[in-house]
Amino acid sequence: MSVLEIKDLHVSVETDQGTKQILRGVNLTINEGEIHAIMGPNGSGKSTLAYTIAGHPKYHVESGSIMLDGAEVLKMTVDARARAGLFLAMQYPVEIPGVTVTNFLRTAKTAIEGEAPPIRTWIKDVRQSMNNLRMDKTFAERNVNEGFSGGEKKRNEILQLELLKPKFAVLDETDSGLDVDALKIVSEGVNRAKANTGLGLLLITHYTRILRYIHPDFVHVFVNGRIAEQGGPELADRLEDEGYDRFLVPSNVG
Amino acid sequence: MSAASALSKSASKTVPAPSTPAAGASTLTPGQHGIKEHSDGRFGYVPVQTRSDRFKSVNVADFEAVTGREAVWKHSPVAKFTDLTADVLDGSRYLIESTSSADISVEWVPRTDARIGTAGLPEERAAANAWGVFDDALAITVSGEEAKEITVTRSALGNTARGAHTIIEAKPFSQATVILANTGDARISENIEIILGESANLTVVSLQEWDDSAVHLANHFASIGRDARLKHVVVSLGGSIVRVNPSVRLAGPGSDTLLLGLYFADAGQHLEQQVYVFHDAPKSRSRVNYKGALQGQDARTVWIGDVLIGNKAAGTDSYEQNRNLVLSEGTRADSIPNLEIETGDIVGAGHASATGRFDDEQLFYLQSRGITEEEARRLVVRGFLTEVVQQIGSPELEARLQLAIEAELIGTDDK
Repeated sequence: MSVLEIKDLHVSVETDQGTKQILRGVNLTINEGEIHAIMGPNGSGKSTLAYTIAGHPKYHVESGSIMLDGAEVLKMTVDARARAGLFLAMQYPVEIPGVTVTNFLRTAKTAIEGEAPPIRTWIKDVRQSMNNLRMDKTFAERNVNEGFSGGEKKRNEILQLELLKPKFAVLDETDSGLDVDALKIVSEGVNRAKANTGLGLLLITHYTRILRYIHPDFVHVFVNGRIAEQGGPELADRLEDEGYDRFLVPSNVG
Repeated sequence: MSAASALSKSASKTVPAPSTPAAGASTLTPGQHGIKEHSDGRFGYVPVQTRSDRFKSVNVADFEAVTGREAVWKHSPVAKFTDLTADVLDGSRYLIESTSSADISVEWVPRTDARIGTAGLPEERAAANAWGVFDDALAITVSGEEAKEITVTRSALGNTARGAHTIIEAKPFSQATVILANTGDARISENIEIILGESANLTVVSLQEWDDSAVHLANHFASIGRDARLKHVVVSLGGSIVRVNPSVRLAGPGSDTLLLGLYFADAGQHLEQQVYVFHDAPKSRSRVNYKGALQGQDARTVWIGDVLIGNKAAGTDSYEQNRNLVLSEGTRADSIPNLEIETGDIVGAGHASATGRFDDEQLFYLQSRGITEEEARRLVVRGFLTEVVQQIGSPELEARLQLAIEAELIGTDDK
């Protein structure tokens, strides 16, 4: 069984005002098949955690470790992490002009599998996944994220999640900017991916809204660069009622 | 991450053209631009405004020595090719290799050939220098209505400073693709005249895959007859300094042109193209699309796109665009679109220019999907340039160019 294990992770970022400490000792273990929700106020470091797992060069790991099935993720390049089975659904996916969705998906799949997918089944899989996410066929020939609406970008992220079949996926505020219909479609996609591959999920969100459709096994409250409290799904309900106020004393980082 | 370049648009005023005959001529008017000293700061001097009014001459002595401050030269490293602008050039025949095709003749013709000078005349010193010296012109003459293709290759020009002249004529109703392939070393200034008769359909591809040391200055002059269509493609990948300036006159009603460009500058390379489209007849149509990539220290590209819609050109439709993709630090891309309109009765006239960077966020996104950095670059560049490649219309050449572009990417990685 796969395990993603984050231990005492400290991360800083360079800003104009100098080095800023963002993560201050994060400990978190996710087993295959588990859904963990990380909730927290703005500026608490949730996205930093997501990008650090994926290996964004902006974030500097000062200490700690991230182990995937015993291998140190922090020593891997960004692309090696993806090939090892990690996936990050981004909050603001960038546009890649000149590269069509079809071309991009096939290139990514080939990179991750180490060989090109069999053409016939691949086309079928892509079509099926796009159908499920109510993505129009014309998406396939559009350039990646170019001119996509917010909802389309998020669907495109989940499309990749379904097709690339990672062991662990981090969803960074995938619910933000989605209306309720789009939220349902995207959530169904995530649930389908989990049902099909049994992946482990780290769901990063500010709101409890998405948790109505994707049911977490564990909820962690993230404040000031570390996990302040954890519990089961009932913790999310409590946050829904009370908000983050009781965690916000004395300060947060941003 | 993307920067639009300078735009200029001018509804042209009625500058009295100083008795310049229609297609331009070699006669001189005292005080005309290009003859006297540079005009900067001279009070009361009215500079040439309309693009078609630029001074033209086939006589090199009519142009002052090139300083690099002239409008046509100011983006070019002129000190590196003074031989081509100042010295007497070798105008002898050179070796060509040509595929053969029925209804296309390739031959050397004397300077007295009636077609010479009918498509255009030099507007700068290197072009005039070449014009003055060629012994014979290479003439590629297309007839026959069936589609066909020919490739004329120059690979053994060597490093002698040369001047050359080429005529490509498509007879009325004829159809062909003419590929001019350039490899090996060269120091050459040349003029290429492209003449399209009524309803001709011609594609001309100028392919620059020179050695790293080559210097190539070319002016292409095209004249397009009634209802004729010219697709003109400039592909510059290899060479030290490559400057290919196509100048197209839409001379007949209903004439149509598509000007495509594709360039990839790597470290130290200077690739330049000054594109000029003159709508000189009603219902004429033009599209200009140049795309370039830059990678490596001092990779430099220049694109200037002038479109002039003359007062005879009612009902015309034009659009020009230039896009540059910057792949590394230390590069410079100049992109200068100019649009000049002398009639209000047009269907459309537009231009666009953008220079974008392949940035770290794009790289991160692709890498986060398992794609290596090298593959990510290849994916983006291929995607960016493919749009132009696919419009060339010669499957064999398109396939070869895709490979050549990938070789560029890998080649520069090694440097």
